[in-house]
Amino acid sequence: MTGLLLDHLRVTKDGTALVNLDLAVAPGEVVTIMGPSGSGKSTALAAILGVLGPEFRLSGRILLDGEDVTPLPTRARRIGLLFQDDILFPHLSVGSNLAFALPSRIRGRSARRQVVETALDQAGLPGYADRDPATLSGGQRARVALMRALLAEPHALLLDEPFSRLDADLRTRIRAFVLDQIRARGLPAILVTHDREDALATGGRILDPLGRAVASPVSAPGSARPSTRQAFDFPSG
Amino acid sequence: MAGPVIAGLAGNVLPLIGTDAIGRLLAWPGLGGAVRLSVVTGVVSTLCAVAISLAIVAALQGGRRFGLLMHALSPLLALPHAAAALGLAFLIAPSGWIVRLLSPWATGWATPPDLLILNDPGGIALTLGLVVKEVPFLLLMLLAALPQADATRRMMLTQSLGYGRVSGWLLAVLPAVWPQLRLPVYAVLGYAMTSVDMGVILGPSLPPPLSVQVAAWMMHPDLSWRGPAAAAALLQLGLVLVVLGIARLAERPLARVGRHWAESGLRRQGLDRIATPLATATALAVVVLVAGGMLGMVLWSVAGLWPFPDALPAPLTLATWTRAAPSLTATATATLAIAILSTGAALALCLGCLEAETRFGLAPGTAAMGLLYLPLIVPQTAFVPGLQVMVLAVGAADTVPAVAAAHLVFVLPYVFLSLAPPWRAWDRRIAVVAAALGASEARTFWHLRLPMLLRPVLTAAAVGMAVSVGQYLPTLLIGGGRITTLTSEAVALASGGNRRIIGAYAVLQMLLPAAGFLLALAVPTLAFRHRRGMRAA
Repeated sequence: MTGLLLDHLRVTKDGTALVNLDLAVAPGEVVTIMGPSGSGKSTALAAILGVLGPEFRLSGRILLDGEDVTPLPTRARRIGLLFQDDILFPHLSVGSNLAFALPSRIRGRSARRQVVETALDQAGLPGYADRDPATLSGGQRARVALMRALLAEPHALLLDEPFSRLDADLRTRIRAFVLDQIRARGLPAILVTHDREDALATGGRILDPLGRAVASPVSAPGSARPSTRQAFDFPSG
Repeated sequence: MAGPVIAGLAGNVLPLIGTDAIGRLLAWPGLGGAVRLSVVTGVVSTLCAVAISLAIVAALQGGRRFGLLMHALSPLLALPHAAAALGLAFLIAPSGWIVRLLSPWATGWATPPDLLILNDPGGIALTLGLVVKEVPFLLLMLLAALPQADATRRMMLTQSLGYGRVSGWLLAVLPAVWPQLRLPVYAVLGYAMTSVDMGVILGPSLPPPLSVQVAAWMMHPDLSWRGPAAAAALLQLGLVLVVLGIARLAERPLARVGRHWAESGLRRQGLDRIATPLATATALAVVVLVAGGMLGMVLWSVAGLWPFPDALPAPLTLATWTRAAPSLTATATATLAIAILSTGAALALCLGCLEAETRFGLAPGTAAMGLLYLPLIVPQTAFVPGLQVMVLAVGAADTVPAVAAAHLVFVLPYVFLSLAPPWRAWDRRIAVVAAALGASEARTFWHLRLPMLLRPVLTAAAVGMAVSVGQYLPTLLIGGGRITTLTSEAVALASGGNRRIIGAYAVLQMLLPAAGFLLALAVPTLAFRHRRGMRAA
């Protein structure tokens, strides 16, 4: 496992660069891409995942454990995804949602069921396999979504503001749970967020979509980059 | 869908060349009357249906009564035209329910009056029948178009500016809705000007509407009448195109009137006081006429003795059903087989088309939508005979698959129109999540998209079944009289006047589509009874 490498990954639309990342994410490391909405965060995510629209142009490479996955379709990249909304499949039970993710090489009903039950145990949801996802709480759904992503045995994980819909208390706990799982499994992960607190909680590097380091974590929330604004507001001369 | 239409047209027109067909058509003394009848009933009924639908939505939408009204109107959509026409015929005939309820205490009639209410030479009964059948269709199309027109907020805005409901709707919502309503209205217009089955049941006979005459010539034992029939069908197509052209050209001056009104600032709040009760009454009249007619059909099918002017039959008996059971069963089975074949094929084609659209990011343009509507707008009489020629040429005439294939031409557009909006509204992120979990496109389709869209898929199937069950001319011409369905039998029986057996056929015509819609409601509800996230919106 050598991690996730974004090798001069550059995405442009109509000649404007939206994403410019040259970055190595080590196993177990979480790098945050932060910026306001419309800054190219979701474009970066779509590029790494392989779901960019035809209006975008991509150059550079995405290497996962040394293999170039750039030409591969999403399903073959082995890059897991956690969305802002948990997107549990509403017509399947909690257990079936997890079994959907489980590789088919694990054969036999009981063997598959066993893996699903174990995953639910790890998520603190023992005996939830037959539940309707719609009856779960927000925190429970978030945990199921994470376990589903992990059961697919990804080699890297993308997190698309996965905590933003949770209330403050729950958010801290779910975030800790997700980060623990990432470190325990040694997965390279990229978190995309506009939330400073989430970014700081990862303890890793914080970049904007164009690859620039975001202002030092010590500055208070809300005062992000006032100096840049001023530079534009009061042109010299 | 343009293929069968163009091929059918060609198959109809080419044999005309070098014959005296046009001369024989022009020599037919009924031509002027038939043309006038077709154009007047078609245009008047469409204008009325559009006006009524617009008034109902403008005056009532958002209100308490509107929801109830929609619940009452939507089942009428599933009803085949012929069944609705037969029911209406029973209501308004001189010996029908309305006269019975008024006799003898109000009218003094002890025997049915000698009045030509049904099949009147002016085509009023036919116009009425077309209006009551098309209003539910147009209402549904309007409702589907409203969300994209941002109707709710526009209505709030105009009302906050002091406009009445109706005037606010006409000025601010209608212009946004119209582009999506145009093709459905054209389909209604094309149908109304050329319908055969409704013309046979409700229209006059000397002369009949042009479409009825075309069908009669087509089925004439003397094959030389096919020439004039083809020429008349072509004339019909020309008439429809001219009327559609006029409708298109009329939009500009009408829009100018609307603009002047908008610029004048006239709030016209008084309009609501007239339009609201009027719209409510008309909507109720539509429901009562169709539902009353169907109830009458049910009663006739179980009527023992029902002499005039009794309002109800006595005694009730199943004699009609038992006596006709063999032929009813055989016809219903053939109807079902044709409906299942054509709907199954339509569903497979539509799902394939929509799935390809999803996978390859294709987006159909307005032109594609126009093509889809082509079989609904071009008169059936103009291209179905051509299809018949082709079916005869390949030796597949009078077979169930051939009839089903002809039905497919009309089933497919409706299935697509019903299925495409929910399909395209499906949350694409689900596919992204599945791909990130390593699922193939096929797996996403079979395990996620299809089951999650089970409800709209089954609804589209029910729509397709209803369309197939309701087909008359394609069944008649392609089936060649040997393959008959409930609709073709019911229309054939209409002139005979045996109301008990007509009632039985009409009831089955109504039950078959209704059963389809019930299944489309029940199956997903049952399958997803433990899935709260899959409840109907």
